[in-house]
Amino acid sequence: MIAIQWRLVALTSICNTFGDVLNTAGMKREPEVEKLGLCSLIRMLSRIVRNPLVIGGVAVLTAGFFAMASLLSIANVSFSVPATAISYVFETLLAKYILKEDVGMRRWGAATLVACGVVLLQW
Amino acid sequence: MNAMRAPTTPRHRRRTQLLVLIAIATQVAGNVFLSHGMRRAGAILSASPLDYIRAINPWTLAGVCALAIWMVTDLALLSRADLSFVLPVIATSFVLIALVGHFVLSERISGLRWMGILLISFGVLLAETTPDRTTRRQGESP
Repeated sequence: MIAIQWRLVALTSICNTFGDVLNTAGMKREPEVEKLGLCSLIRMLSRIVRNPLVIGGVAVLTAGFFAMASLLSIANVSFSVPATAISYVFETLLAKYILKEDVGMRRWGAATLVACGVVLLQW
Repeated sequence: MNAMRAPTTPRHRRRTQLLVLIAIATQVAGNVFLSHGMRRAGAILSASPLDYIRAINPWTLAGVCALAIWMVTDLALLSRADLSFVLPVIATSFVLIALVGHFVLSERISGLRWMGILLISFGVLLAETTPDRTTRRQGESP
């Protein structure tokens, strides 16, 4: 059972990481959402249904949602949530090297503080 | 592509912060509603999404609607801001969920949990000191 738990942790973390990176890469190809009204958001939705990166990202995040649901059905939330907090660090790493974002010391510090904080929140 | 040079105006920043607030609010509401609804539905141990149909009740429906709004808001946010900026800032929702549990549901918060809340809050404040966007979009002039 422990091996299955860790496989689900890995699957959830991988899905969250790649889902967010795919969504970001896809949304950077779209025009920036300037206005925050309903029409503007509907226009954005009508465009992204033809964006393979966003479709892939949402599909991967959905798989991650069900992996997390399965993990929660066999493990406590106090194990599940902190175990997957490592994805904050992985996502920052991929944001730097794949999305070419300028991740300086302050953003690394922020991602590390949040990951450590999420782990401590479970006690 | 180096980013800290990419332009973001105060107006751009304010609109991004508004989207951040909507994303945090819908994520907190979605998780609280969904969690409450799933507890009322009882345990469902299945890998098939079809088995989750019997968990449909007003609370889970409200949770799914709130999370759908969160997903759209998150995508709009990612069209305007960096992933490495959005991630730590959205983590404010963890702090809010813990505080709602303490002050509304009278849940106990241990010393370590308060420490976690402090660390996340410092992480959010640190991320807020960086520009929301550091990369140029396709076709954007330098």
